[in-house]
Amino acid sequence: MNALLQVRAVTRRYRMPRSSILRRGPVLTAIENVSFTLERGRTLGIVGESGSGKSTLARLIMAFEAPDEGEVLFDGKNLHALSSAELRLLRRRFQMVFQDPWGSLDPRHTVSWSIAEPLRATGAGEIGRRVDEALSQVGLRPQDGSKYPHEFSGGQRQRIAIARAIVTRPALLVADEAVSALDVSVQAQILNLLMDLQEDLGLAMVFISHDLPVVACLADDVLVMRAGQAIEAGPTAALISAPRAQYTRALLAAGGLMP
Amino acid sequence: MMDLKGVSVGFGAAYALRDVSVSIARGERLGIVGESGSGKSMLGLTMMGMVPDAARVEGAIALDGAQLARASERVWRRHRARKVAMIFQEPMAALNPLQRLGETVMEPLQVHLGLSRAAARDRTLELFAEVGIPDPEARLRQYPHEISGGQRQRVLIALALTCDPSLLIADEPTTALDAHVALRIIDLLVNLAASRQMALVFISHDLAAVARATERIAVMYGGEVIETGPTPQVLQDPQHPYTKGLLGARPGIGGETPGRGPDGRRKRLPTIPGTVPPLSALPAGCRFSGRCPVELPHCARVRPEPHRVSGNRIATCHLLGGRA
Repeated sequence: MNALLQVRAVTRRYRMPRSSILRRGPVLTAIENVSFTLERGRTLGIVGESGSGKSTLARLIMAFEAPDEGEVLFDGKNLHALSSAELRLLRRRFQMVFQDPWGSLDPRHTVSWSIAEPLRATGAGEIGRRVDEALSQVGLRPQDGSKYPHEFSGGQRQRIAIARAIVTRPALLVADEAVSALDVSVQAQILNLLMDLQEDLGLAMVFISHDLPVVACLADDVLVMRAGQAIEAGPTAALISAPRAQYTRALLAAGGLMP
Repeated sequence: MMDLKGVSVGFGAAYALRDVSVSIARGERLGIVGESGSGKSMLGLTMMGMVPDAARVEGAIALDGAQLARASERVWRRHRARKVAMIFQEPMAALNPLQRLGETVMEPLQVHLGLSRAAARDRTLELFAEVGIPDPEARLRQYPHEISGGQRQRVLIALALTCDPSLLIADEPTTALDAHVALRIIDLLVNLAASRQMALVFISHDLAAVARATERIAVMYGGEVIETGPTPQVLQDPQHPYTKGLLGARPGIGGETPGRGPDGRRKRLPTIPGTVPPLSALPAGCRFSGRCPVELPHCARVRPEPHRVSGNRIATCHLLGGRA
């Protein structure tokens, strides 16, 4: 069987705005030659700081944009070679949770409407029953679905965003800084919820964060990104007990794991 | 040098701060830790005399012997910058985007200290060097958008130091910064406190940052200080159930090493049930009742008294006993 997700030597460059009308703008290489493989049911943590390319990597995995070089294979299929109709159907199998639970939910629609959106987009049936199921999987009640986002706290909104991501029963969840905006005690609740969902539903997860201790508590493997390059990768326990890169040690120190 | 005794800040029937007592000695580094809504930022603003107009301030606030709890804005202005200065989380929002960095820092030197333009410029260069800004001459002419977040925070620290304050209040100064930049800023603040004999109040939700930055810590919940003591002791051996819960919930500090348990399932983080209630819905007794795992029947009704756990450690919990 194929690995669920294979990222093969992807590079993504952006053309920056020109500063002179006579010259083209400079090229920024956001990601350079990054590769990894994620098996079904496993969690890969991607750690890096702003500008490291970790969110660009998330957008490539989600096929929001295409790499300039390399390829992303989901269940053996090259995501960037599919037709838009094929991609739309395949999307129900990989979903994303974003950082900001205020910005990612439409304030004018009920929670149920927002959770059902990926079902409508991918043409799935039994919408009402599946929305209720997703709500209860994230620890909310079915009647919460008729409320609006402003009626919920930040932690509950992130539960709603997770419900929207799992409602299509995906095999892969990509979480980009999904707990960074939350208070410590709420963050722990959401991290535990992600662990529950992963184990109960057999989800594979790409968990992206600047916070290495947070990543370490739920990732099987960790990839450390800096300035667009993967500078260190390995099983979580080994990477934490014996980090090779100076930069990884600094990330550990910042999280309070080391004096 | 700053002493708050029984300070409450109320809005109508709700209290953003209730009966808070903290004191800071010259050169001391005090951490204030709490989650959103704990009152930690309101405490910082109270120390700066910047509570909103609608607020009612009760209790005693002494700054170098001067009583300021009911002081007017005019009186506070004499103390701000010279005695107490403050830096904030988002350095871009605190800097004027249309003003060169040099002008920004020179302005208070000319206005407050009456320095000439040339003297203010020289002093600004010294301050930039003191806060570790490379190539200070070039920075004078730059605008905020031209430098990184870490450098911006350094400019703000230089700005706060212009009138040689004896107390610097830093409200989430590292929250918007990348981890390795945050470490440098913390180390800078620690060094400045030592070299200038300046007291530092470091307000943050980030326990790791507070652990590195401070000698003493005050943990806040629901507008009250619920535990204080030397930072390493409080973090290693917390006494209040909330402090215990908070430390356990943060990966990589108090809890177990991550990984899988014997059943093959990933180890879960200990959590505090529920969320912080809004100010208007806080219980009258212990603020933490309703979420506390070891709550007694009278906790929600009866306010606990501060209890001296040992030496300079105080925790406010019915389980620990009576008055300190």
